[in-house]
Amino acid sequence: MTSEVLYSVFAKALGIPLEKVNDDLTYNTIKEWDSTAHMILVAEIEDTFEVMLDTDDIIDMSSVGKCREILKKYDVEC
Amino acid sequence: MDLFDVGPYELSEAIKTTMLRQRLVSLTEHHIANCADYQKLFGDIELGSIKQLEDIPFLTVPLFKQRELKSITKDHVFKVLQSSGTTGQRPSQIYLDAQTAKLQSRVLVKIMQEWLGKQRRHMLIWDHPNVIKDKASFSARGAGIQGLSFLGRNHTYALNDDMSLNVEAINEFHEKFSDQPVFMFGFTFMVWKYGIQALQASSLKLNFESAVLLHSGGWKKLQDEAVSTDTFNTVANDCLGSIKAHNFYGMVEQVGSIFVACEHGYFHAPSTAEVIIRNPETWKPAAVGETGCIQVLSALPESYPGHSLLTEDKGFVVGRDDCQCGRKGTYFKVLGRMAKVEARGCSDTFERGAS
Repeated sequence: MTSEVLYSVFAKALGIPLEKVNDDLTYNTIKEWDSTAHMILVAEIEDTFEVMLDTDDIIDMSSVGKCREILKKYDVEC
Repeated sequence: MDLFDVGPYELSEAIKTTMLRQRLVSLTEHHIANCADYQKLFGDIELGSIKQLEDIPFLTVPLFKQRELKSITKDHVFKVLQSSGTTGQRPSQIYLDAQTAKLQSRVLVKIMQEWLGKQRRHMLIWDHPNVIKDKASFSARGAGIQGLSFLGRNHTYALNDDMSLNVEAINEFHEKFSDQPVFMFGFTFMVWKYGIQALQASSLKLNFESAVLLHSGGWKKLQDEAVSTDTFNTVANDCLGSIKAHNFYGMVEQVGSIFVACEHGYFHAPSTAEVIIRNPETWKPAAVGETGCIQVLSALPESYPGHSLLTEDKGFVVGRDDCQCGRKGTYFKVLGRMAKVEARGCSDTFERGAS
């Protein structure tokens, strides 16, 4: 699994161009990534990587980089 | 030890009070420095003289309707929450920056994990989906649903725009998840009137095996219809299946600080919040068991001076640290609005809109 998959999940869920996604992209800093989009994003991540995120993960997932770290916990390397 | 990391019902009174007092004194100092109106009111307070929680100065909830109270500059405003104002009045305006919004989510999730577990449950919302559509300015109802949706998955709205049951959505949700952990949420009056009563009137039979129903908002209309907590819970179980129902007390002026009722029906203050009951004649703190006006303290509000608020509700403290449910902290009862204050319940907005 590469960054591309992770980035494309973010781009799709947030409805933003792929080139705007990088590891430093942070929750609540762009209008497209608000709390509503966050739930869409979480569902998309769960579907794509076949994981079940718990409530701590949802709160901790404050950036693309942080999401990568959380997925590692579930043995998903991306 | 960090007030925001510790379990919400773990701290005994002495430790909690010290930690919370320190945080609230620093918030008072912060708002004096950053909110001109707050500074005018409390700028001359000697912070060193605040020895107890009751010494923290308080604002009244209606002030947030009359004035734009915030401790951040315009460009830092991230979201504005609105209360349901009473007729002819402006609603409260609560200004959030990204930091305070984040703290609210974090604390809300921490409290709710105690009642729902860490796993996200399939979520059935007793409202209609349009209630969260206007993102720029959330109503209290929208904000409540939005905040709690973090705890759920497969979010399903049980009602249509006209508040009728969305039978198709409910059936589909029930078919898929009736034997799995489910989280239901709604405003008390809506759950009762448009959920439970509508289900009773329809032929729809639901049998959820493991659901938690959290509901909030005034009981006034239910009291008028003579519906007690026991009736509510019994009928909810009849219509919905095996449901653990918990009422919670909270307000848009202090999102994230919520007081959830335990199995014995008492609201519990988490480590990040507290209630003080004040005698409405003297405004002095009332003794345990004595009814008065409820003041709410919250460790969360940084972007607006809402960390200490006198509400228009009355209630009494039942005890501290010794509830039969085993949770530490202050536990209390809410008895409704203070007399002569116009009702300002969350569900009222819809009522008026519909009539």
